Amino acid sequence: MAEDWKQGGFGLYIHWPFCEAKCPYCDFNSHVSKNIDQKQWLKSYISELDRTAALTQGRVLNSIFFGGGTPSLMAPETVKAILDKVQTLWPQANDMEITLEANPSSVEAGRFKGFHQAGVNRVSMGIQALNDDDLRRLGRIHTVQDAMTAFDIARHEFDRVSFDLIYARQDQTLDQWQSELRQALSMAIDHLSLYQLTIEQGTAFGDRYNRGRLRGLPSDDTAADMYLATQDICAEFDMPAYEVSNHAKIGSESRHNLIYWRYGDYIGIGPGAHGRLTLDGQRHATESHLQPNVWLDAVRNGTGDSSVVPVDPVDQGAEYLLMGMRINQGISLSRYAAITGQHIGTSVLSELQDLGMIVVDQDNLKTTLQGRSILNAILDKLLLDQ
Amino acid sequence: MIELDKIRNFSIVAHIDHGKSTLADRLIQSTNTVADRDMKAQLLDSMDIERERGITIKANTVRIDYKADDGNTYVLNLIDTPGHVDFAYEVSRSMRAVEGSLLVVDSTQGVEAQTLANVYQAIEADHEIVPVLNKIDLPATDCERVAEQIEDVIGIDASNALRVSAKSGIGIKETLEAIVHRLPAPKGDRDAALQAMLVDSWYDSYLGVVVLVRIMHGVLKKNDRIKMMSNGTVHQVERIGVFRPQMEKVDELGPGEIGFITASIKQVRDTRVGDTITHEKKGSTIALPGFKPSQPVVFCGLFPVDSAEFEDLRDAIEKLALNDASFSFEMETSAALGFGFRCGFLGLLHLEVIRDRIEREYNIELITTAPSVIYHIYMRSGEMIELHNPADMPDLSKVDHLEEPRIKATIMVPDDYLGDVLKLCQDRRGMQMDLTYAGSRAMAVYDLPLNEVVFDFYDRLKSVTKGYASFDYQMMGYREDSLVKMSILVNDEPVDALSTMVHRDRAEMRGRAMCEKLKDLIPRHMFKIPIQAAIGGKVIARETLAALRKDVTAKCYGGDASRKRKLLDKQKAGKKKMRQFGKVDIPQEAFISALKMDN
Ligand SMILES: Nc1nc2c(ncn2[C@@H]2O[C@H](COP(=O)(O)OP(=O)(O)O)[C@@H](O)[C@H]2O)c(=O)[nH]1
Ligand SMILES: C[S@@+](CC[C@H](N)C(=O)[O-])C[C@H]1O[C@@H](n2cnc3c(N)ncnc32)[C@H](O)[C@@H]1O
Ligand code: SF4
Repeated sequence: MAEDWKQGGFGLYIHWPFCEAKCPYCDFNSHVSKNIDQKQWLKSYISELDRTAALTQGRVLNSIFFGGGTPSLMAPETVKAILDKVQTLWPQANDMEITLEANPSSVEAGRFKGFHQAGVNRVSMGIQALNDDDLRRLGRIHTVQDAMTAFDIARHEFDRVSFDLIYARQDQTLDQWQSELRQALSMAIDHLSLYQLTIEQGTAFGDRYNRGRLRGLPSDDTAADMYLATQDICAEFDMPAYEVSNHAKIGSESRHNLIYWRYGDYIGIGPGAHGRLTLDGQRHATESHLQPNVWLDAVRNGTGDSSVVPVDPVDQGAEYLLMGMRINQGISLSRYAAITGQHIGTSVLSELQDLGMIVVDQDNLKTTLQGRSILNAILDKLLLDQ
Repeated sequence: MIELDKIRNFSIVAHIDHGKSTLADRLIQSTNTVADRDMKAQLLDSMDIERERGITIKANTVRIDYKADDGNTYVLNLIDTPGHVDFAYEVSRSMRAVEGSLLVVDSTQGVEAQTLANVYQAIEADHEIVPVLNKIDLPATDCERVAEQIEDVIGIDASNALRVSAKSGIGIKETLEAIVHRLPAPKGDRDAALQAMLVDSWYDSYLGVVVLVRIMHGVLKKNDRIKMMSNGTVHQVERIGVFRPQMEKVDELGPGEIGFITASIKQVRDTRVGDTITHEKKGSTIALPGFKPSQPVVFCGLFPVDSAEFEDLRDAIEKLALNDASFSFEMETSAALGFGFRCGFLGLLHLEVIRDRIEREYNIELITTAPSVIYHIYMRSGEMIELHNPADMPDLSKVDHLEEPRIKATIMVPDDYLGDVLKLCQDRRGMQMDLTYAGSRAMAVYDLPLNEVVFDFYDRLKSVTKGYASFDYQMMGYREDSLVKMSILVNDEPVDALSTMVHRDRAEMRGRAMCEKLKDLIPRHMFKIPIQAAIGGKVIARETLAALRKDVTAKCYGGDASRKRKLLDKQKAGKKKMRQFGKVDIPQEAFISALKMDN
């Protein structure tokens, strides 16, 4: 399956690795730094764009995503220069989506106009919670009032605005979450990301958790109830889930993220960014140097990538399944077979079907709601019990 | 030849972390027994597992030459002792090999307990005991209180307790002087027939089996032909020496001395701790008292998680057995677990130590099945069968009656905790044989079924007495009782590795406890899983493990699909630690943990 990626599309991810402050739950590649030389960063991004464009000449770009860290800390000029450069390197789809992740502080809201003028047409805001106590416990430096103000500016500036909430927080009850979610839905535009709080190793929360000091996290059962309630309430507001944690009005799904989930190709630029690139008919996994300074040096020496490795068919199949089963649409069994040269065992499929976890409809395999809540266990079965 | 009155033999009794190793190092160092630069911190305790578990399994020893203030040079022999009831017999032998003990107590903590078992052993061996209050360099030191406590809890005079900081080297000189002046010299007759006690033995890859001996009477020399009195085997002494702590050859070992010999002994199994060694010709005819051939009392199955590793496991077990006479094994097959070994141990700690060594030193992951004792099954046909494994229980209609092994347990405990101890013994089907007091210390003697004890009795005892109890036991023989085989069914399938023998009156309670435990130990699956305990066809307890409801990665990391793939690989590794029974994965630790009782 030399050009399998075409079934998922082609996107560009740009990672900005800096934040105003590090949130205690976050294990993204983000750093706090006082002196960031935007000019130098721009130069490095441009250099990486040139390098990767040479590998992917002529491909039509479907989306661009500025992720972080906190890309809303980038100067609008930097964003503009990058987007201008991109214009010269790849042909672009008519409905190209250009998203930028933003933190909802006043400083950043002030730049929204500039981002829009630079070409950004969608923002995703990290609002995280709708009460100040919880924002504090999440280590966020904005207030609900800040978020509302920033959100109003964003709505004014952009047609497409999404925001993120983290739930299943410490001491949060099902009732509290349900009313917070209704409030969120009443202000939502066309897209919402609703993430259950995950305790990641190597974060401040992770350390606290290991020492038994992170109290009040909901039990698995409560978390499961919260997840189910979330599905119901969002559907009520016409924002059904199209992925495990993502909800949108029909047609307003994040095209960029869909490229990942449909296992398309994407360039990853910036510290710690990952990419999947089919080069000469072979899909490769690319990974950039994690540390900002190391990455800058590496780019100066020719490439920011720390590794570019071919992904073998079995791993590609696993990745396709891991990503594809997250979305409502699920995956194509024949595409899986074409990638890996193997079929998913019929006995596993019928076992999972009998349990009500998946639906197999001709070529299509997808989870039921019940199945999606325990997707890891299902993937485990699909991939390990073969 | 060393004069008896210039010898002092002693052991150090201490709770973990109270400074036994540090003090031993200091004693060795200050007498220049080892050059400082050769000094590996903590010379005594060497094996990894011992260090981690804070126990000493194999006795270790060192000879120190000390020039005392009285101008004489003394030979001080320090023997290190194991610290767990599973090895109570080994401890008792080590204690018989010396005349005195240093009781090291952290002066910031006080008497901390598990030590008590060893102190009592020392008292039993008629030791002179010198209390040492350690860590006086720390601000929290409180020697008055701790000395008082030693008198109260242990009942020995602590008015002359030494005040030491092993770490800063304070009081080391005084300790050496106390060893010389307060501990008695050994007794013995150089001209009598040889009587040497086998204190310990181990395998050394260069020297073969090394035997640690204490000479009681007579003299042992190189090339002597010696006889082990327990089995009459004869060997010729090849090397004879002492530990400083590295090996050093000597010409002979006389009365009161402690040292080692090698004598082309092939296997550690051929040497028995506590045995008497004498000369082949003109030897002693009287064996030293107290010898007990060690016998495994707890049995369990060890199976490789990965069945391809069976041969590796055999190899590992054979090697370990060479070095450990108290460990036995034979091949076993289980319907669910495939090929493995039924192994016998001195107790549960011994079991855990061996299991850890196999896992760590030989890198084989194991499933350990429910430990069991040996039952005697009297068949209607008149035949008697020894049952090592509940899974082999014959058809009940053919069984006339069952007998189980009983022990005489002696427990010493400060009387504050006596009530809890008596309750524990009662709960474990114990029958009280004796109860006496010495000061604020009570001694309870119980007749207990071994199967109630092997598993977690000692842990429970420690926990109800905060560690302030000592425990020792002897086998007493077999007695009939109303015992039944309890099976465990997971998702309606019997799991033979979880079958246990229980007393009929306690079956329901045990069954409930096991089902509850398993419910916590088995991870949730996509479907609900009934967990049942049954006797014959009758279910006596039941729990239901609810189905998995949530297990999904909330957020998707940019395009980092490989991160998730790695996660899956981790899951795969986790799964290797599980064993499949029907459709259910049971984690390996469940087989042992399910049996631990909380009361
Ligand atoms: N401050 C202080 N620490 C000590 C002293 N003796 C031992 N320690 C420390 O206590 C800990 C346990 O000592 P160790 O000799 O290993 O104890 P063992 O478990 O009884 O062998 C180590 O960290 C030692 O450094 C002492 O006299 N003073
Ligand atoms: C990389 S962050 C970027 C957005 C921006 N920096 C911010 O925090 O507002 C993307 C989103 O992931 C979510 N997230 C990060 N760590 C999380 C965790 N440990 N558990 C759940 N969600 C998390 C948050 O909702 C966050 O908005
Ligand atoms: S959650 Fe967002 S703002 Fe917080 S540290 Fe992570 S990337 Fe930065």
